[in-house]
Amino acid sequence: MPETYKLTINGVAREVVAGAALPLIYVLRNELGLMGTRYGCGLEQCGSCMVLIDGEPSYACTRAMDSMAGRDVRTVEGMGTVAAPHPLQQAFIDEQAGQCGYCLSGILISAMALLERNPDPSRAHITAALDGHLCRCGAHERIIRAIGRAAAVMRGEERP
Amino acid sequence: MKPANLTINPRFDTWLKFQADETVRVATGKVEIGQGVVTALSQIAAEELDLSLSQVVILAGDTDQGPNERYTSSSLSIMDSGAAIRAVCAEARALLLRRAALRLNCGGEQLSVEEGAFLVDGASTGLTYWDLANDVDWSQAPTGEAIPKATQDYRIVGQSIPRHDLPEKLTGRAFIHDWLPDGVVHARVLRQPGRGAVLQSLDEAAIKRAAGADIEVLREANFVAFVGADESAVETAAAAAPEHAQWSGAPQINPDQQEAAWLRDQPAIERKFGAEDAAAPQGDLVGELVQATFSRPYVAHASMAPSCALALFEDAHLTIWSHGQGMHPLRANLANVVGLPEAAITARHMNGAGCYGHNGADDAALDAALIAMRMPGRHIRLQWRREDEFGFEPFGPAMLVDISVRVDDAGRPSDWTAEIWSPTHVQRPLPDSGSLLAAEALENPPPVQIPDDPPEERGGGGTRNAKPYYDIPNSRIHHHLVTTPPVRTSALRTLGALPNVFALEAMMDELASRAGEDPLDYRLSLLPDQRARAVLEEAAARADWRSRGAGGEGRGLGLAFSRYKNTAAYAAVVVALHVDEEVHLEKICVVADTGLVINPDGVRNQLEGGVVQGASWTLKEQVQMQGPGVTSLDWDSYPILRFSEIPEIEAEVLDRPEEPSLGVGECAVSPTAAAIGNAVAHALGVRIHHMPLSRQRIMETLLT
Ligand code: FES
Ligand code: FES
Repeated sequence: MPETYKLTINGVAREVVAGAALPLIYVLRNELGLMGTRYGCGLEQCGSCMVLIDGEPSYACTRAMDSMAGRDVRTVEGMGTVAAPHPLQQAFIDEQAGQCGYCLSGILISAMALLERNPDPSRAHITAALDGHLCRCGAHERIIRAIGRAAAVMRGEERP
Repeated sequence: MKPANLTINPRFDTWLKFQADETVRVATGKVEIGQGVVTALSQIAAEELDLSLSQVVILAGDTDQGPNERYTSSSLSIMDSGAAIRAVCAEARALLLRRAALRLNCGGEQLSVEEGAFLVDGASTGLTYWDLANDVDWSQAPTGEAIPKATQDYRIVGQSIPRHDLPEKLTGRAFIHDWLPDGVVHARVLRQPGRGAVLQSLDEAAIKRAAGADIEVLREANFVAFVGADESAVETAAAAAPEHAQWSGAPQINPDQQEAAWLRDQPAIERKFGAEDAAAPQGDLVGELVQATFSRPYVAHASMAPSCALALFEDAHLTIWSHGQGMHPLRANLANVVGLPEAAITARHMNGAGCYGHNGADDAALDAALIAMRMPGRHIRLQWRREDEFGFEPFGPAMLVDISVRVDDAGRPSDWTAEIWSPTHVQRPLPDSGSLLAAEALENPPPVQIPDDPPEERGGGGTRNAKPYYDIPNSRIHHHLVTTPPVRTSALRTLGALPNVFALEAMMDELASRAGEDPLDYRLSLLPDQRARAVLEEAAARADWRSRGAGGEGRGLGLAFSRYKNTAAYAAVVVALHVDEEVHLEKICVVADTGLVINPDGVRNQLEGGVVQGASWTLKEQVQMQGPGVTSLDWDSYPILRFSEIPEIEAEVLDRPEEPSLGVGECAVSPTAAAIGNAVAHALGVRIHHMPLSRQRIMETLLT
């Protein structure tokens, strides 16, 4: 039976009606139109669907709604827009980090969580934080560079 | 010379449209698949028309309004579509300049153009392209004879212009998968386990119960689809369906068949190219014979996004939205299967995830079309599941390569034979071909296609890059085009070049070591082409090749070279790695020569991606099969290179503005595979001939 869940999505309080077992990804995409959370496998294996739940990177493809009441969810749409990008999004543009781009929104989410914990990550920290993500186009090197660059900008050491 | 695509699409207005908002719409049949082609083509158009980039709007892949340029494949977009667009734009500019001279009553040599506005002797006139565009008959055919801008005058071509498509992809909605038109109906399919399988029974009631919400089950012969307004319900239905379906006549695959070695004894079409068969050793052929066998298993495109398509059938017209590589060919194939004339079908491209060749995109488009034809007036959104993509995409074929070389007294190869066993590398759907999956599931499936491979003049398929680019007096190829592979195979980035270059460049290292020479020097001694020498020397210098030691102690430095298709871009790769129980890549340096560079950063991006994908295929990937089909249906059973395994990558491109542009998408892939093979051999002191160079293979090698 569908139930009503209250949660916060990108800073806005929302009420959604959904079945208890419904994975969060369907609510985000099909109910709320937040298409940056992407389906890649539905198996917690690729990271395309990564969102922050109470600040923790989490797979939206398998996360059932009955565990979502009262939670705080952040998606890539909450980071920034084309006109006003988050420093991470800007760094990805500056480094041209991506080819097809399908993997990028999930990666941005994990990168944001990393930088919130560790403002000055090493290459090893970055690759460890991204190891739940796959990128088939091979944009890894640029993605790693972009995250390093965003970190420097956010620390105020490099001009955006 | 008139670009071929202008002859096929002989009207200006197929290519160009001067729009009321003072932009120019430039149409191409090539599509964005993550390679940045839309940005590069807009640079070419803006350059020739003297526009700013923001005045150029690209329309890519549209059967109603754009040119037919077949598939976006084989690293040909800049060479084909780029050449056509350059010629059309140069000629349109010339036509408009002639009008402007009349209107402004001045000499042509006094005129110039800035952002689409005419200047006389450098002074603005107030007159623009858009004021004059209606005076020209754009239905006429371009002659292809206008002289394009001289390369030294370029201001936009040759610049690292940021990709147009990236900002959207970083902030939200951007892909075909993300489009939900009002009233959209979601759909999933139940696939035939293999060609010829017959659906004996389907427990629809059980599937509907599992779905947990209202869904419909559409069934026609052996094609089954689940449709409904609730996407999670159709997804759940599709996940539950296999256990409620009984099939007969499904193929049975023996695990041996997943190995390249199985190909050797299979029925094949015999093809021979190059020198006459080597007769009994005599004359020049006297000399030591060196032989080795190499292989690669079946590998997957493994796109990050399972395929997706939307379709709408309304007023007897079918519109299809697809991320496939060629909208005109797709339209022809759909027409054939659904029984509509081509004029009653529109195919439009939308962005998908990177495909790297022929993946499930076209098949998904037919699935969506079949459903739409049964539900007129509704937008159908068909999405494959992860296991559909891994189970049913057309795979990159397994290949077995025997190399036999006669070596002369100076240690140089005098006679080279590559004997290749491979299923076909190109089975893109053609009308009547039966290679769109759902067509096989319908009543009266189309006949099984007799496999073929691309002709040698287009670079071949299984034979691609099998002929050494080195100076060798005699070389020949014997190609066994295997006709009965256990799975459908088709175009995957580089076709046969990766296994062939892996084998060829391994043999070059072997020959160098027999001759007691350094692998770089040995190659240079057989390479008269200056551009080939330049990429090798530059890569070696950047990777500090001369510091390379004797090897055999776990650390390896390996090098390889290839000119893609032997006619396109040059690339040399040096790989540094170490091996314990598995291979750890440390640094990969690639240097390419792709002629005139349109967008240097875009080229580097493609080189880097090619390096990573080539490394992943070489070290990790093999499609597993058993029973009715593929068993590697997820990322755990089909692992690819991960962030923690990525080496430092240095990609450089030698600019050759005086040379024609050469496609860049594939050139780095095969030499990366070969350089890894050579570096592993250097590290271990023994060569591994068969891909993937996985932990299991390393352990087997170390223990024998
Ligand atoms: S879609 Fe969730 S991890 Fe792949
Ligand atoms: S950019 Fe295509 S999958 Fe990462």
